[in-house]
Amino acid sequence: MHQSLVDLWYGFGVALQPSHLMWSVFGVLLGNLVGVLPGLGALTTISMLLPLTYVIPPVPAILMLAGIFYGSQYGGAIGAILLNLPSHPPHAVTCLDGFPMTRAGRGGAALGVTMMASFFAASVGIVVMVFLSPLLVAVAFKFGPTEVSAIMMLGLLAGATMSRGSPLKGLAATLFGLLCGVVGTDVSSGTIRFSFGFAALSDGVDLGAICMGLFAVADFLVTVNRKTNQPARATMSMRDMRPTRAELRRSFLPMLRGTMVGTLFGAIPGTGPTITTFIAYALERKISREPERFGTGMIEGVVAPEAASHSKTQVDFIPTMTLGIPGDVVMALLLGALIIKGIQPGPQLITEHPDIFWGLIASFWIGNALLMVLNVPLIGVWVRLLRVPYRFLFPAATFFLCLGVYSMKNSLFDVGELVVFGAIGAIFVALDIPVAPIVLGFVLGPLLEENFRRALLLSRGDLTAFVRQPISALFVTGCALLLLIQIVGFLCRRHTARPTTDASASSAAG
Amino acid sequence: MHRQRFGKDHLAGALLMLLGVAVVLAAWRYRMGNLTRMGAGYVPVVLGLLLAVVGALIALTARGAATSVQRAGPHAAPAFEWRAWSCILGAIGAFVVLGTYGGMVPATFACTFIAALGDRTNRPRDALYLATAMVVAGWLIFIVGLRVQMPAFAWGA
Repeated sequence: MHQSLVDLWYGFGVALQPSHLMWSVFGVLLGNLVGVLPGLGALTTISMLLPLTYVIPPVPAILMLAGIFYGSQYGGAIGAILLNLPSHPPHAVTCLDGFPMTRAGRGGAALGVTMMASFFAASVGIVVMVFLSPLLVAVAFKFGPTEVSAIMMLGLLAGATMSRGSPLKGLAATLFGLLCGVVGTDVSSGTIRFSFGFAALSDGVDLGAICMGLFAVADFLVTVNRKTNQPARATMSMRDMRPTRAELRRSFLPMLRGTMVGTLFGAIPGTGPTITTFIAYALERKISREPERFGTGMIEGVVAPEAASHSKTQVDFIPTMTLGIPGDVVMALLLGALIIKGIQPGPQLITEHPDIFWGLIASFWIGNALLMVLNVPLIGVWVRLLRVPYRFLFPAATFFLCLGVYSMKNSLFDVGELVVFGAIGAIFVALDIPVAPIVLGFVLGPLLEENFRRALLLSRGDLTAFVRQPISALFVTGCALLLLIQIVGFLCRRHTARPTTDASASSAAG
Repeated sequence: MHRQRFGKDHLAGALLMLLGVAVVLAAWRYRMGNLTRMGAGYVPVVLGLLLAVVGALIALTARGAATSVQRAGPHAAPAFEWRAWSCILGAIGAFVVLGTYGGMVPATFACTFIAALGDRTNRPRDALYLATAMVVAGWLIFIVGLRVQMPAFAWGA
């Protein structure tokens, strides 16, 4: 306990070094900006800036990338509340009550309260991270290949079934991602698999190409000619952002509940951010005394999901940093960045690279505080930037994507992969198959295969080893429960075939 | 919500099933091995089989379970935007080709210009301006600033 606080103090020392602070601020501001802009999320930005991390040392690189991530979440709230633009799916639910508040002239107050709630939720998440990570590390050191592959399977299954949309399709997307991870040289036998005759594919598919193709290019393909930017509303002033006392009182408990939901979901690897915010919103509506008024500008419906998304973000870093198992797609990308820098995330990270781990945690706090302060004067600037028409934005972004993918390995072949994955992503989106699980599967695939094969080698091909060892049995039980929930849910839905209005209403919000 | 006899979900299921089967067939060439010592083909074959099964399940449950065939929002059923689609993918393709045989400046120009033509409201003149601006910006950021390993001009490399 005491040790964690000492380490945290050390972390602040690392994060406050001028060069580290500079990159962190840069990441936070950039994230804030792209969070507001539709179509350019944290994911795209992080993939585009991956090449930049080659030239800067590992600590500032990871501080910057993490800053982009949580900065974009503050930005997402701005777009959702002020402009009814769900730039990023997790914020779609914020629009439901956020935009009506803007129309009623309370948009500034909604933002103000959201900022405070976000900061509170992030702080709780950080505290949980500070005290839980060392504990988790102690457990993680006992993990052998059996446990590692079991927890990965749990994470993948959770990511597949607990994101929005059909669980079967999520599962299919995960499997497709795992198959993408298979491409390249097999570590244990040296066989080159699925290279389609291209020598460049023996190193596997490029992480940047897969992310930018599936998210950015696919998004351009789906939204081109159908997205027009609404004229941005007038600027905000400091005074507009001050909430009334009644609004503050009403948002206190939702803030706590949202934080709780986010913390809980962050602890489960693989659960998407969108499902978290939707559950936080649904919870508020369920316990509210006037659920019928949700959707007309209830501040509870704005605060809870935003708080949930911020505490989840911070807690998500725990499995990513301590186990090397990413909680969601952006985490997977951060993990990729660490590996590129030659740092293997896992239980040994805290002891081998304390500067990265504790510096990152301290920078979360600094960054979040900074965002809360900066957001006030910057909102006006961001809102004005939203006036850049989409018809100019996407061609420029296409070029940045190409160059970003190219400069990671100086390979034009990887840019070609961008075309392929852009097309695949667009087809998947058109067929309502989620693309996020693909990246999760792709990043975890090679690790899973290696550990799975090693586990079975150790147990001499005995699959029951996964249930005979207590820790791995726990994870396997989790997997079974997840599947059971889905099957029971499916049968129930089949029973009550017709009245599914509630489900379709909430999915229409996306 | 209206139902079609052959919906999106049937198509998705069939496609995934085909993909799974194709993977299994392709992975058959690699050594399978056994559960103790898995060969290179073991995991892909298992994944391919699972994908085929999940695809089949998607297709089979497509009608019974009311998975939303039509969904509102940004990802509603897309109209066919053949011109835009070929422009965006073509722009990336042009970047690859011109990046190899012309260098960064022509690649940047072609990429932005072609992509901009994908939007119906962009006139060729708009695309021209945008592409020129991106060439200048790209030059400043990537050649002068970040020193990317791509020459500005490389004729027929």
